[in-house]
Amino acid sequence: METKELTKSVYSVTDFNLWYGQTHALKNISLDIPHKQVTAIIGPSGCGKSTFIKTLNRMVELVPSVRMEGSIKYQDRDIFGAGSNVESLRTEVGMVFQKPNPFPKSIYDNIAYGPRIHGVKDKTILNEVVEKSLKGAALWEEVKDRLNENAFGLSGGQQQRLCIARALAVEPDVILMDEPTSALDPLSTAKVEDLIQELKQNYSIIIVTHNMQQAARISDKTAFFLNGEVIEFDATEKMYSNPQDKRTDDYISGKFG
Amino acid sequence: MQPSIRDLIKKNKSKSSSVNITERVMPIILLLMASFSILVTIAIVFTLLRETIMFFTVVPIWDFLTGTEWFPFFGNDPSYGIWPLVSGTFTIAAIAMIVAVPLGLSSAIYLSEYASEKKRKIIKPILEVLAGVPTVVYGLFALTFVTPLLQVFIPSLPIFNALSPGIVVGIMIIPQVTSLSQEAMNAVPQAMRDGALALGATRLEVALKIVIPGSFSGIVSSLVLALSRAIGETMIVATAAGSTPRLGFNPTESIQTMTAYIVQVSMGDATFGSTIYYSIYAVGMMLFLFTLLMNIIASYFARKYREVY
Repeated sequence: METKELTKSVYSVTDFNLWYGQTHALKNISLDIPHKQVTAIIGPSGCGKSTFIKTLNRMVELVPSVRMEGSIKYQDRDIFGAGSNVESLRTEVGMVFQKPNPFPKSIYDNIAYGPRIHGVKDKTILNEVVEKSLKGAALWEEVKDRLNENAFGLSGGQQQRLCIARALAVEPDVILMDEPTSALDPLSTAKVEDLIQELKQNYSIIIVTHNMQQAARISDKTAFFLNGEVIEFDATEKMYSNPQDKRTDDYISGKFG
Repeated sequence: MQPSIRDLIKKNKSKSSSVNITERVMPIILLLMASFSILVTIAIVFTLLRETIMFFTVVPIWDFLTGTEWFPFFGNDPSYGIWPLVSGTFTIAAIAMIVAVPLGLSSAIYLSEYASEKKRKIIKPILEVLAGVPTVVYGLFALTFVTPLLQVFIPSLPIFNALSPGIVVGIMIIPQVTSLSQEAMNAVPQAMRDGALALGATRLEVALKIVIPGSFSGIVSSLVLALSRAIGETMIVATAAGSTPRLGFNPTESIQTMTAYIVQVSMGDATFGSTIYYSIYAVGMMLFLFTLLMNIIASYFARKYREVY
């Protein structure tokens, strides 16, 4: 029974604490993030939601003064454990950033970048990966005739879907999204949201968002962060209709944040 | 009661016609300042050109450009073929680049991609000290330290040779390569690195496949600028490379560069108005054309490979 429970969650976080120098940024976080669902992380600025999502693929370690305690298990493996390899974790856990950050290369080379650094050189395989990833990110129809053009020629929304396609190209299991639509216009945002709905068939998605309506629209579960703590973590529908904590209620109804 | 800020501003505005004059005069003064360096450049080129033309009335330009012997001091039968001096100059520059490119670029990559803020704060000032050492000191260093050291390994090496000053010129230009390349690498946005790291790239892969391509134009222009400094370097080669104009690229022989020849003649070997006197302007003109060419190449690369973020 218990193992069955465990395999259903892709991440399981227990008593996790994180400090930036003297600042205690994450406090006693314990969460089980479900497999092949969309988990939204909401909360006001500075509540630690971005820090938390960056911890899941260990990007947070790029901050020099960071210190961590507690355990995070990805598919039952401790991500900070001795046998854990940060590069292979990051191929299984893709990430999409706040601002689209395509490389200054062609559309094709952007998608092929991930497979290439991991040693895939075969042209036919790369062609397939590029097509599949772009289709997966609902971008193929728009760019199939100009794969060799520079990615910077795309619109902001297209660039962000390109970044999603780039993450898909290494065939991850999880996609972390750090406010992926905050730099996009409403139409592009809608496209990315639709895409997230499709992606959850095959991927576990964890999305940080500033936008509570967005969390309500696209997520299955929501975690509400405040001052580095998880105040509430529940099914999205339940949390929005019937929040257990007064602070969650205040935040969701727009009284602060 | 205090006057309101609005009134104070109005009052100051109306009385200060001097402000308006300053506003009008300043751009003109600034323009004059800016024109100064342009005028000086034109004056230098003009002087060079005039004296060079004087030289070519005595020595045919064709002999100068195609001759392979440079013996200006052969009283009755001097020969003025520029190539021995050019080959000497490029021997030095080539050795210098062989030293400076790997060392300078490795340090730049280390500083930009690996070093912690603390290490960077220690290493950068040390590099800047290296850049501030007077070239005459480098010259002595080449002659009295590097040459004897090299003679341990190459016993037949003469005291004046191309190898030792070449290496020292290379050491001299390392800081320039490092700091300009590192600046170019720093200009690559962190978001690019994050994007690659998040795909599972290692730091080395990020450095080689994201940062270097992204800063390629800056790196190339730093290298070309360093090369033009190596070509123009005077004191080190005048001190340690000897004064034997010789066509060829053998680093273990005494040679003479264009700059060292100019120094040799300027130090008093020639009377004003003699052919030898005019020859230094012709050589100077060549040198000027080479460094100009280098700068043109540098800006071409900078434009061609610029990646806009």
